[in-house]
Amino acid sequence: MDPFTTHTGRLAPLDRVNVDTDQIIPKTYLKTVHRTGLKAGLFADWRTRPDGTPDPEFFMNQPRFDGATILLTRDNFGCGSSREHAPWALADYGIRAILAPSFADIFYNNCLQNSLLPVVLPGRDIQHLFDEVRADDPARPLHVTIDLAAQTLSTTRQAAFRFDIDPFHKHCLLEGLDTISLTLRHESEIAAYEDRARRDTPWLFQDLHS
Amino acid sequence: MVAHTLFDKIWARHTVHEDADGATLLYIDRHLIHEVTSPQAFEGLKRAGRRPRRPGTVLAMPDHNVPTTDRRALDGTDPLSRLQIHTLERNCAEWAMPMFAMEDRRQGIVHVAGPEQGFTLPGMTLVCGDSHTSTHGAFGALAFGIGTSEVEHVLATQCLIQKRPRTMEVRVDGRLSPHCSAKDLVLAIIGRMGTAGGTGHVIEYTGEAIRALSMEGRMTLCNMTIEGGARAGMIAPDAAAFAYIKGRPLAPSDALWPRAVRHWETLRTDPGAAYDRRLEIAADDISPQITWGTSPGMVTGVEGTVPDPRAVPELDAREAAARALDYMALRPGTPMVDIKIDRVFIGSCTNARIEDLRLAASYLRGRTVAAGVRAMVVPGSGLVKRQAEEEGLDEIFRAAGVEWREAGCSMCLAMNADVLQPGERCASTSNRNFEGRQGKGGRTHLVSPAMAAAAAVAGHFVDIRHWA
Repeated sequence: MDPFTTHTGRLAPLDRVNVDTDQIIPKTYLKTVHRTGLKAGLFADWRTRPDGTPDPEFFMNQPRFDGATILLTRDNFGCGSSREHAPWALADYGIRAILAPSFADIFYNNCLQNSLLPVVLPGRDIQHLFDEVRADDPARPLHVTIDLAAQTLSTTRQAAFRFDIDPFHKHCLLEGLDTISLTLRHESEIAAYEDRARRDTPWLFQDLHS
Repeated sequence: MVAHTLFDKIWARHTVHEDADGATLLYIDRHLIHEVTSPQAFEGLKRAGRRPRRPGTVLAMPDHNVPTTDRRALDGTDPLSRLQIHTLERNCAEWAMPMFAMEDRRQGIVHVAGPEQGFTLPGMTLVCGDSHTSTHGAFGALAFGIGTSEVEHVLATQCLIQKRPRTMEVRVDGRLSPHCSAKDLVLAIIGRMGTAGGTGHVIEYTGEAIRALSMEGRMTLCNMTIEGGARAGMIAPDAAAFAYIKGRPLAPSDALWPRAVRHWETLRTDPGAAYDRRLEIAADDISPQITWGTSPGMVTGVEGTVPDPRAVPELDAREAAARALDYMALRPGTPMVDIKIDRVFIGSCTNARIEDLRLAASYLRGRTVAAGVRAMVVPGSGLVKRQAEEEGLDEIFRAAGVEWREAGCSMCLAMNADVLQPGERCASTSNRNFEGRQGKGGRTHLVSPAMAAAAAVAGHFVDIRHWA
């Protein structure tokens, strides 16, 4: 996994609550056996209007948000299906961090597995950032810098906001760690656990056969 | 002695290692796999030169993509679905993992076919790359959905690195009305709690109304727990759970059975154990539920009307409600029973078990589907289908003009050919009414099997409490 240390980029606003993973990437785009190339499906049903033409209101169709790398959104982002295709599609489009007052649990974990930083900020800070984007001068667009080690987020116009992140997740992101390797370091403990559990609950060790 | 919750007991028993910062290495007993979220996990495993640690803890089957008309339809229509299903078959063959192929009578939706085989047992940890894995908590297991990277993690290590969730008790006392089922109960709970009300929590359902639920009903309840944001739902295993499990192909047998039951009987929350949060619901107050919006928490009783977004106090929720009504093409104040439907879908991991089909059939017996309505029943597994046919339910459905299909996820998420057309309105027993979930532009109302069947006959929603 690539490390995440600091990142500076522009904001892409998505002012909706409860954005579910069916919207982030509709099911038509799940029929793949690869992790790459999924940006084609990103918000596919919201990018276009029912007649098939691009929706000019949607951030992905507005030239001023071209190249924006930080998604700004509302509560319960990523609810619904566990599909990791959602963070894959966001990352493939170039999103490196997502700012929201809250995230759905499975989506949050899936982001961490892909060096995509989910940042939880209080609703008032999120509102402040939406206001800043709305008032933005396209000639001098707002830039946001996220410093994971310091757990701060600052804009070109504003002092830093602080955010919380679990210390284990922070460590993995900063170092770009492969979490499977981390688990495999505990091989002897896993084996000891299995010996014990096999004795105590043998019915869980009657393996199935193909 | 310290009092522990059911969750505490399973968590403690499965902890392999705990870091000072609280990251817990949790042992995973069993793993369900399907064709959509597993190919990249196998690919990652191979790229890293790793192999599955315990292939015998895995049960795989294709479900999301399979055709429900005729299995041979897979060869004709959709090369991408075919590739995913064949990739699953190849991966399972390579690692000698048990798999129910599409033609296997035992194949079905993982969350229906797994419990049916006795794969799910009390006290175990169970995962699947599917959010509705919460279903299996009905047996007193800790079961939750994971992403594909975590699928790979479990294949390689039989463990997951987890942060301990908080606990929440949802206590349901009283009795559900005879016209209400677990589906109405869970929709009412999500309506109360909100779609993010359970975030960060594992819910244990307790109380008289929960004890009274059948195992099918408990699975429906735990299944939709994820729609309230909670990672998992669970119910302490009791005699009903043991009776369901006993004798199933993968259940412990002979001398192991009494030993397992003795252990399972300890899996209950001790008196005085503390939950981080509690919610109390009175079952008697619940009427048949219908969603009106594009999130499962946008729900009301059948006696209600489409709400007015202007009456919603919070700005975010007000805008979401207005947007939902626009998408759903509904006007505030419209009685729910005046909403006409085009399609009916009875199926999904929420409501495609034998009890659900019996209930739907009881409303369709001797009746016919309203003119202009297209209805289908998609059983949750090949064995559910066979049992329904042995009981003659298929004849009731066919005589009513309902399509009788092969098992699969079907129009719950519409990855196969079963799709709503733009603008079509559907009474659905599935779990998600998100925009476009059942087909781009499709409009979904989540209901119980009884409400869906009655709507099929009437052509609009009806209050089944007053329906002759």
